[in-house]
Amino acid sequence: MRAINNGDSNKEIPNHEEADHRLRLSGIKDDRAALMDSLYMTHKRKSRSLSWAVGTTQLALLVLFLGLWEAAGRNKWIDPLLFSYPSKLLEQIVRTAANGSIWPHVGATVSETVVGFALGTILGTVIAALLWWFPFLSRVLDPYLVVLNSMPKVALGPIFIVGLGPGFMSIVAITLSVTVIITTINIYNRFREIDSGFIKVVRLFGATRLQLFRLVILPGSFPVIIATLKVNVGLAWVGVIVGEFLVARVGLGYQIIYGFQVFNFTLVLSSLVVIGMVATIMYQLVAALEKRLTEGWRER
Amino acid sequence: MKDTPALALQRLSHVYVNDKGASLAVEDIDLSVAQGEFVSLVGPSGCGKTTLLSLLAGLFPPTKGKVLLGGEAVSGPTPKVGYMLQQDFLFPWRTIRDNAAIGLEINRLKNRKTMEAVDWWLAELGLGESGHRYPHELSGGMRQRVALARTLVTEPNVLLLDEPFSALDLHIKLQLEDLVVQTLRKLGKTAVLVTHDLAEAAAMSDRVIVLGRNPGHIRKEIVVPAEIRDADPMTARKLTGFQLLFEELWSELDTVDAGGGESDK
Repeated sequence: MRAINNGDSNKEIPNHEEADHRLRLSGIKDDRAALMDSLYMTHKRKSRSLSWAVGTTQLALLVLFLGLWEAAGRNKWIDPLLFSYPSKLLEQIVRTAANGSIWPHVGATVSETVVGFALGTILGTVIAALLWWFPFLSRVLDPYLVVLNSMPKVALGPIFIVGLGPGFMSIVAITLSVTVIITTINIYNRFREIDSGFIKVVRLFGATRLQLFRLVILPGSFPVIIATLKVNVGLAWVGVIVGEFLVARVGLGYQIIYGFQVFNFTLVLSSLVVIGMVATIMYQLVAALEKRLTEGWRER
Repeated sequence: MKDTPALALQRLSHVYVNDKGASLAVEDIDLSVAQGEFVSLVGPSGCGKTTLLSLLAGLFPPTKGKVLLGGEAVSGPTPKVGYMLQQDFLFPWRTIRDNAAIGLEINRLKNRKTMEAVDWWLAELGLGESGHRYPHELSGGMRQRVALARTLVTEPNVLLLDEPFSALDLHIKLQLEDLVVQTLRKLGKTAVLVTHDLAEAAAMSDRVIVLGRNPGHIRKEIVVPAEIRDADPMTARKLTGFQLLFEELWSELDTVDAGGGESDK
């Protein structure tokens, strides 16, 4: 420690125009600031160079992957009919985006997904609230929820299609079947995990059950509800794409199935790339929403 | 004692029933607390201290006997009785001000005038600057003071204190003891304190009730000498009579709690 101090005080001395005996005293003080400053700067430099290294490696991996793919496709190391290659995909996306033919597909899929995950989260929360409000109901329904949750719900797709007709409604229904049960279970569990101390506080003020729900249970579960919303974004994509596989005449899932049927794998892969991009944007939007809504009251 | 006690327990017994069976928590408790009096309940764990407080608060009805508040039977929680818990349980999603106002909100009394009272109480308890902050930004002692403000803004006549200082550092605990005693004295409020800490009971109360267990019952009642009673808790601890009082309580609890060990935390 002392050695470092001395080293730094030497550096500091030239900056002082005070007399010698004062310089020593104030020197000790400035020393500390200089030492801490330099430690902080070193730390910052290290962490900056680490994130730079991570970023560069990520970029390099992407370039390497795309480059290899491109080279392999063009030189026929792999079957370009099956695997296509990046420039072809890009050309396909740019062309369809420019002539506008891709937008109806994107629009249909995005609207189905948004409706699916928003409705799934809301419906799940409402059911969870009912279970919380009527403990008898929750005891009765418990085994059924467990069974429903472990069932592969997309298998119900054909029933929805017959019942609701091929199109938007049945695709949303398939999406809901994927999201609602797990949302209900997650949020209901959270409702029950709220610390009994918080419940006691409002009960002691004479709160009604509705007040208890509105003032404690619901706001206390808010982070879990938002987190479930995030999970549901992912689940909704699965539901929508499967639904479109089964039934649609428009949408990115339909494009994939169509591309497969006419052996146009460039179309299949480019649709996947578009799905990846849109899904990422959607996830980021929900994450931003989460940050805004829980601002302030949570330590991060 | 005055004509109508602020609080009275009459031949009170309570049985807890659950899937495992039924257990008798307290039996035949008779106790009355005068307006403005400060009473402490001490005893080994399992003697039904918290059960008594919950019954006083009206959280559940007693199996037998009566709980009277100002002469009237208690039928459920009311804002006339304030309750401070062991932890502050401030809602992390509400600001300090909104936390302190939750009792008003529940009883539909939240308006400009009562919010002024909230601000006044926060300032009175040394939290004037913190109204718009969130609980996680405050220290433990500050949070417990917010909990006190939350309890006091609904203007309860009786305060029930369920070990509210036990989770705090010693010096903050001593400061808060002083603050609570001074505040309650100024307002002439009645208080019942449950605690593990014999020194705390001796320093704060007018009367200490020693409870025994299996089932919970009143073993002994010790009236605190006037000089200790009138002093602030911090000063009281330094008085000559204090050590004597403490030893009396200690030996009383030693005989109750033959297992020993946890009478003074």
